[in-house]
Amino acid sequence: MDLLVLILQGVIVAATPLVFASIGELVVERSGVLNLGVEGMMILGAIAGFAVTLGTESYFLGIAAAALAGAVAALLFAFLTQVLLSNQVATGLALTIFGLGLSALIGQGYSGESTTPLAKVHIPLISDIPFIGPVLFEHDPLVYLSVIVVAGVYWFLSKTRAGLILRAVGENHDAAHAIGYGVIKVRFAALMFGGACAGVGGAYLSIVQTPLWVEDMTAGRGWIALAIVVFSAWRPGRALMGAYLFGGVTVIQLHVQGLGVDIDAQYLSMLPYLVTVLVLVVISHDKTRANLNAPACLGRPFFASS
Amino acid sequence: MSEVPLLQLDGITKRFPGVVANDDVSFSIMPGEVHALLGENGAGKSTLVKMIYGVLHPDEGSMHFGGAPYAPAKPSEARAHGVGMVFQHFSLFEALSVADNVALGMNKDAVGANLDQQIIEVSEAYGLVLDPTRYIGSLSVGERQRVEIIRCLLQNPRLLIMDEPTSVLTPQEVDILFETLRQLSAEGCSILYISHKLEEIRTLCDKATVLRGGKVVGSCDPRQETAKSLAEMMIGTTLTMAERKQATLGDERLVVRGLSAPSTDPFGVDIDDVSFSVRAGEILGIAGVAGNGQVELMETLSGEHPTPPETVMIDGAAVGHMGPTGRRRLGMCAVPEERLGHGAVPDMSLWENVILSARTRKGIENGGFLDLAKAQAYATDVVAQFNVKTAGIEHAAKSLSGGNLQKFIVGREIMQAPTVLIILQPTWGVDAAAAADIHRALQRLADEGSAILVISQDLDELMAISNNFAVIAEGRLSDVSPTGSLSIEEIGLLMGGVHGSAAAPAQAEASA
Amino acid sequence: MIRLEPRKEVSKHLLYLTPVMAVAVTIALGLVMFAALGKDPFRAIAIIFYEPLTDLFTISEMIVKATPLILIGIGLSFGFRAGVWNIGAEGQFTFGALAGGATALALYQVEGFWVLPLMCLAGILGGMAWAAIPAFLRTRFNANEILVTLMLTYVAVLLLSVLVHGPLKDPEGLNFPESRLFHEAATMPILIAETRAHVGFIVALVAVAVAWVVLSRHIFGYQVKVMGQSPKAAAYGGFVEKRVVWISLMISGGFAGLAGTFEAAGPVGQLVPALPVGYGFTAIIVAFLGRLNPIGILLAGFVMALTYIGGEGAQISMNLPSAVTGVFQGMFLFTLLGIDVLARYRVRMARRLPAEKGS
Repeated sequence: MDLLVLILQGVIVAATPLVFASIGELVVERSGVLNLGVEGMMILGAIAGFAVTLGTESYFLGIAAAALAGAVAALLFAFLTQVLLSNQVATGLALTIFGLGLSALIGQGYSGESTTPLAKVHIPLISDIPFIGPVLFEHDPLVYLSVIVVAGVYWFLSKTRAGLILRAVGENHDAAHAIGYGVIKVRFAALMFGGACAGVGGAYLSIVQTPLWVEDMTAGRGWIALAIVVFSAWRPGRALMGAYLFGGVTVIQLHVQGLGVDIDAQYLSMLPYLVTVLVLVVISHDKTRANLNAPACLGRPFFASS
Repeated sequence: MSEVPLLQLDGITKRFPGVVANDDVSFSIMPGEVHALLGENGAGKSTLVKMIYGVLHPDEGSMHFGGAPYAPAKPSEARAHGVGMVFQHFSLFEALSVADNVALGMNKDAVGANLDQQIIEVSEAYGLVLDPTRYIGSLSVGERQRVEIIRCLLQNPRLLIMDEPTSVLTPQEVDILFETLRQLSAEGCSILYISHKLEEIRTLCDKATVLRGGKVVGSCDPRQETAKSLAEMMIGTTLTMAERKQATLGDERLVVRGLSAPSTDPFGVDIDDVSFSVRAGEILGIAGVAGNGQVELMETLSGEHPTPPETVMIDGAAVGHMGPTGRRRLGMCAVPEERLGHGAVPDMSLWENVILSARTRKGIENGGFLDLAKAQAYATDVVAQFNVKTAGIEHAAKSLSGGNLQKFIVGREIMQAPTVLIILQPTWGVDAAAAADIHRALQRLADEGSAILVISQDLDELMAISNNFAVIAEGRLSDVSPTGSLSIEEIGLLMGGVHGSAAAPAQAEASA
Repeated sequence: MIRLEPRKEVSKHLLYLTPVMAVAVTIALGLVMFAALGKDPFRAIAIIFYEPLTDLFTISEMIVKATPLILIGIGLSFGFRAGVWNIGAEGQFTFGALAGGATALALYQVEGFWVLPLMCLAGILGGMAWAAIPAFLRTRFNANEILVTLMLTYVAVLLLSVLVHGPLKDPEGLNFPESRLFHEAATMPILIAETRAHVGFIVALVAVAVAWVVLSRHIFGYQVKVMGQSPKAAAYGGFVEKRVVWISLMISGGFAGLAGTFEAAGPVGQLVPALPVGYGFTAIIVAFLGRLNPIGILLAGFVMALTYIGGEGAQISMNLPSAVTGVFQGMFLFTLLGIDVLARYRVRMARRLPAEKGS
């Protein structure tokens, strides 16, 4: 039983960086932009968060620094793709390669260092409920923040005028421009939000999950976040589910051997990636449904013709 | 009764690189007046109204609204003054609801808490029935226009600008629209009505300002003018229309039997059991309001969308399963509706663009390899024969004007000597001289024995050049009749098909 | 306020000038970056960009690095032109290396001139097989190839590791996770004596030439250009999208697989888990830096190779981490993408209009 509690807690911890990264990218894609640089923004957040936390001994400043790092990286992407109209796929890729390199460069001085992980929050009474208590209610604040952010994004997109405008921009940027909405401004804002989220997601890895710095410690999570956004059909609630599903898969494969199943660990490491491919195939197969859910302008460059 | 004009323009000038879109334009509109802005494609009408709506800003000149200086920096300022605009190309969001679309088109403070209820009330008051919860993607074109109009009406407009509103409506829907506009005008709202349709302007409008080449060339009361005199003001010269001769028709060259095909576009129209034939020397016209399956029909005929082999026959050979290249080999060429992006690749040069469709019939491709010299020679020929104004065949397709590019594309197809030619919207967005050139070229091709199918929204064009015609509505084709045997009303009813939008509006007295 | 006006047509002069400008801007930014990190900026730039060009051996090392970059870049360029985004060339490289390497090991100590070509064939087929998966999934299920190729990269790398730890491990090798060293007949012949530059470079040059011919004179080259620019025009022209997708992915997969076999049979000489070093990703930058043009890719391949060798030099002489290479590669692409706008648009300063204009 204790093992199950441990596993479920592990799932939540593994999922949280994915929640942050995917909800941020979801907002970006709803506005019509495809940012493949999530991995780069996450790793920059990871090093920024780690370095600042270590230096200032303040988790708050560390997380803020991570969000800032992600947002600045996103700003670069936004400037190139929205103002200079560069190819979104190439720019996103460049951001990832650059981010991985820059973070390694900056992180050179920090390898081997570690910091105490962010403390878990213990809520009196609720955390003591048998089973559910430790599984759901004894986590660090960022876990709860991630859920709040998802709820916030849901409320923003479906219940506010600003969210409606963002969805409209992603749906038909020419029409939005003709009516008078600042398409580029909206996308800049969405991208910076996405960058900040990815940065915090990365920082979760270096401050909470394994509180030390390792080069390339994101290990492809940014790419999985992109898959989660598609998996979620661009709906916040489903992104949360998707993140937990993927978090679950990565944790299970660590424990499979402990549960007595005899498969080479490396085959199990392949599992999250194969599952992503499978999920992608299943949801893409229904062409009309996928089209109706996808923001119609996703990935298309916007040029104000007037 | 104030004599202060609602809108006054003085010396408005707007320049773009290489062209003066509006040159010293001045006119005024009184409250409650229905004012036409008349001119051909490219005369500067759209640019002018975009400045009134705040999307563009004039380089010189001034505007006054209700006597006070007026220079909106953006559309929301224009809306705040009471200016509403219904664009020619709708600014609608397909995946969002009617209510959401209306809300997006209004200024923030104008959106009330009970928007759905307001939409229903306004739609009933003006005879424009709409359900606020439906998704735009599920609405017909006429219904979508209603959303645009209601969006404007909910903001209590003092001036309503309509840009080419009837090009997407059936004759019955046009009547409903005119009733609505008359009702608004009686209530004191001015209408600025942009069109190149002369009969409509004569029916609806009190005053007309005629633009040509960016300048005001005339101002009149349309009711006192004839369509011919208005046309001459618009075009500036007396127009010779292509003469449709009585032709002796030969064997059937293109035969279509029981053609049915689902649309690839989720909001498109499926083709349903279409049958017709075109004979040697014949020009068959297919009329219809946009969005009734014309594009889908074109794609099945040209080969972009395969169908069972026997559904399409060229000179007796079954080609329904073949792609465009196979059909070209058998003599069929096609001109699609969209020039840039479909008929031609915008960033490729003219000679590269001939490879696209002429490589088979002109021997440009041999065993996979391309003879670039042949492509260049052919492009040069097309440019010369069809009088295409261009700096050279190495220049990109997008550097040509609309009319010249259309001449190039039509010429590229006609000079392949096809036995069957299919052409969709041959003169859309093309100036009158180029349109006449294209019509003459089609006539010549028919005289040489080819079978030509013209699919067009422009009834005047079809009446002028086709020997026989039919109407496509909701993906179904009417019977074929000789041109001139049906009245405009009968054609309009055929075009209306299953739209069922014949509801009469509430009379003006009810809401005065 | 800056405004962008599209040029009537792309300026051909600037099209050739902008990559050069991008290199210049990147070097300038690099100077700033090193200064910020407290290293001597000029020395660092000299070590990375100048010194490798002065020594014959380092030039040969550049050839070693450029060979896979050019091969893979050429392969990718067709797909990229057509809008087929193969981001997983690294995985196809790995799987191709696996196929070619496994063939070498199966033929261990077998002599004959046909051993190496057979390995290369296996490598090409292996790369094509790995690329066939995203091709199938895209054409049949509409699955986005960007994500599929990427996920499969991780799978391929893990697969290599598993096999090298297991069935392909050197039985006489003290249990290290590496395969046998390939025997003479399964090793790439050396091009320049006393260096590691091998005949794979000649193959890369041939690939450049063939690609140039196909792109300018063959109908397939035309097809990818049209498909990427105007998919509807491609349909009108009678080009079938599915075929173009398949052929593009087979080409890029095949080239990547061949490059992988060359690496395994050449500089590395065996199969090890660390065989994939990122050429598949860097080749994407090479393809864009070279503007998807064969000659451009040839030049860009060498520029990127320069950053690799220079980066290694900086690691040794100035104690900079190898990651500095990745930083420059990313910066090159950024600056090129940014400067590219000048070739397609004219930059205009627009005066802000006053809100009111006197009548």
